[in-house]
Amino acid sequence: MPDTQPANHRNPPARVAVVGAGVVSPLGRGLEETAASLRDGRDCVTPVERFSVAACRSKTAGQVRDDHLSFDGSRSRQGQRLHRAAQMMIVALAEALEQVPNFKPELTVVGTTSGGMTFGEEYYRSLHARTSSKHAASLIANYTPQKAVMDAQEALGIAAPCQVIANACASGTNAIGHAFECVRSGKYRRVLTGGYDALSELVFVGFDSLQAATPEKCRPFDSGRTGLVLGEGAAILALENYDDAEARGAHILAEVVGYGLSTDNHHLTQPNPSGSGARQAMERALASAGVGPEEVGYINAHGTATPFNDAAEGKAIAELFGDVPVSSTKGMMGHSLGAAGAIEAVISLLALRDQLLPPNINFRSSDPGLKINIVANEARPAAFGTVLSNSFGFGGTNASIILRKSAR
Amino acid sequence: MSLRIGGMGWVTPLGSGVDAVWKRLVQGDHATPDTISSPLHERTFAVFRVPADATSGLPAHPRLRRSSAISRFAAAAGLAALENAGVTLTAESAERTAIIFAISNGGVIYTKRFYHEVVESGAQAASPLLFPETVFNAPASHLAAILGITGASYTLVGDGAVGLLALKMAEDLMQSAALDRCLVVGAEEGDWLLCDAYRRWRLLRAAPPVEPFRSPARGTVLSEGAGAVLLDRVGPTVVDAIDGGCNFIHQRDAAKCVEQIFANLGVSDDDLIVASANGTFVDAAESAAIRRHSPAAQVFAPKAALGESVGASTLWQLICAAQALRTHQLPPSAQIVDQLAGASAAPPSQKQQPPRRAIVSACGMNQQVAGLAISLAA
Repeated sequence: MPDTQPANHRNPPARVAVVGAGVVSPLGRGLEETAASLRDGRDCVTPVERFSVAACRSKTAGQVRDDHLSFDGSRSRQGQRLHRAAQMMIVALAEALEQVPNFKPELTVVGTTSGGMTFGEEYYRSLHARTSSKHAASLIANYTPQKAVMDAQEALGIAAPCQVIANACASGTNAIGHAFECVRSGKYRRVLTGGYDALSELVFVGFDSLQAATPEKCRPFDSGRTGLVLGEGAAILALENYDDAEARGAHILAEVVGYGLSTDNHHLTQPNPSGSGARQAMERALASAGVGPEEVGYINAHGTATPFNDAAEGKAIAELFGDVPVSSTKGMMGHSLGAAGAIEAVISLLALRDQLLPPNINFRSSDPGLKINIVANEARPAAFGTVLSNSFGFGGTNASIILRKSAR
Repeated sequence: MSLRIGGMGWVTPLGSGVDAVWKRLVQGDHATPDTISSPLHERTFAVFRVPADATSGLPAHPRLRRSSAISRFAAAAGLAALENAGVTLTAESAERTAIIFAISNGGVIYTKRFYHEVVESGAQAASPLLFPETVFNAPASHLAAILGITGASYTLVGDGAVGLLALKMAEDLMQSAALDRCLVVGAEEGDWLLCDAYRRWRLLRAAPPVEPFRSPARGTVLSEGAGAVLLDRVGPTVVDAIDGGCNFIHQRDAAKCVEQIFANLGVSDDDLIVASANGTFVDAAESAAIRRHSPAAQVFAPKAALGESVGASTLWQLICAAQALRTHQLPPSAQIVDQLAGASAAPPSQKQQPPRRAIVSACGMNQQVAGLAISLAA
């Protein structure tokens, strides 16, 4: 879909401002802690303790610290009953809304892969153990993927309709991309968007069973990469019609300028080795933004560190962008699935704000098959105005968004 | 921009084929329940299953070899909607076609099997073949591969209103000149685990009938299948408006949401209302809105005959609505809600004028509400 000009609008598409952003991830709580972790290239991957990983190859994950999940009301009975994913969403949404206190979205578009999966696990384990959990009804009602979004909206006094996208690991970027197109079309003025996912046993064991998860360090694009480590977190962006934001004197963090998506039908879990799916998504994002590859100053890659993903993505990046600096930030925080694209969009905002290229840590040696310019191990200062962020998922879902530094 | 319904397809407990199932509904047929039991306790459940021959026409495709029932239902309904529209996708037209899936429970059979093995035998027993099929967007991926769709594919998750939220998303996507059409598919598969969950949630009835609008509500019976609608820029049915939703926190607040949707859609006595009433608290919410906005409207609640298929349900309602407008027929009064408390819904034979529009009302069981209005093209 190279052309995203609305069919029924003769006017040029509306510009889309990011006027608020919030994040909680293994890198920290909030924009400033996250920026500090990126600057220092912190490895925030730790041993998993929430469930037994004794029989798994992989033993580590990027995990949000419990003390980063406090919010107004988190100690109340109702607050404690919320799923961890909902708590993450509340923290991220509260930070975003602090920057735009009267933001009344017409729509909320959020990505996730597994919702409140751990509640589903608890319910099934109680069935299996033939014990009757008195909390079963609550576990079931709060397991559903839309519930964390509803809970966060309720906690922050928002009542927008919710679209919850479950496009596997591309969900967060798909959500931001769709929200961007909604504002761009002129049909919506304000949309909340982002993604969330909390670590769960089922998903952890699933990736382990596929041998996609590594028992070692996560080393994106390294010649000796052996797989991903999982992560968790949530991030929210408040998108607004640029002219509206400018007119009210809002602080504009950045502008979303492009979105591209593609469906790669090669295999349910593996990308086409040619990189064609990834390439199509990036080409469509460039066309949507009306920019050439030479204008992109940094690429936040999907970069899971699986042999297949990085080979396909690296090939597509090299063909399209040549020497543009590239990093995957998943070595620092793990792969947070439905949240990944949203957290990485926030990382891209911070990169633009601080004019700093986030590092691709745990990098030892270049893959001779990948001719790309990796920001190896340490953050680097740079002058750039445009960032592209990639997310690719099971089912062949590929999504890319492009952000531009705000002139304001 | 005029959005049209170009084609429709469904796979239901009453079989497949838009006209064939509609004929059965108009005859007053109800699905026959199967009994399924949990291996983890002594309980049995009634569920409306899709008959085996309803998906027998599916093409042999490698993606369907190991896929779960939900993927087969979705593929059968999606292909039927394209056929119904007379659309054959080429590489070029497939790129200009989007897929949007609506799912609530998803691939529960494989998910349960995968996790059961982990719980029973440990992580080393986890199946790498099953895990990818547990992902919510696996059915969408399979259908995209079968159809050769390489552009936009989204899977939306939510409650029983998710089908209408998917249609709303499709409407937004169709703003783009790059898209010619959008295939919206809702699908669900039945399993004892879901039945147990809905029972514990106090929403399930042990056995049929499903009695919409009966007071007190006695619970619903789950069903499985898929519904698909091809949104196009041409077609016999016009999508007049889609209200993308309203959320309620507590069940007691659901009525306010449904009323708001009815007000936004301008629902009146001249409309046919295809309700989501399913024998739960949803019925009281819809009943209140109907009493207030359209007490003399005809009301049809198809879940009495088809059961509650959650992610597929609003697509089924939409197909019923379109068929009712197209054929000027409605199922017999047993399924028309003439016992709707306080309303004067009349059997269709007593109505002088056919309804000008059909309203699809979707009040989900987990906080989401949406609505849609359609009419026949002039």
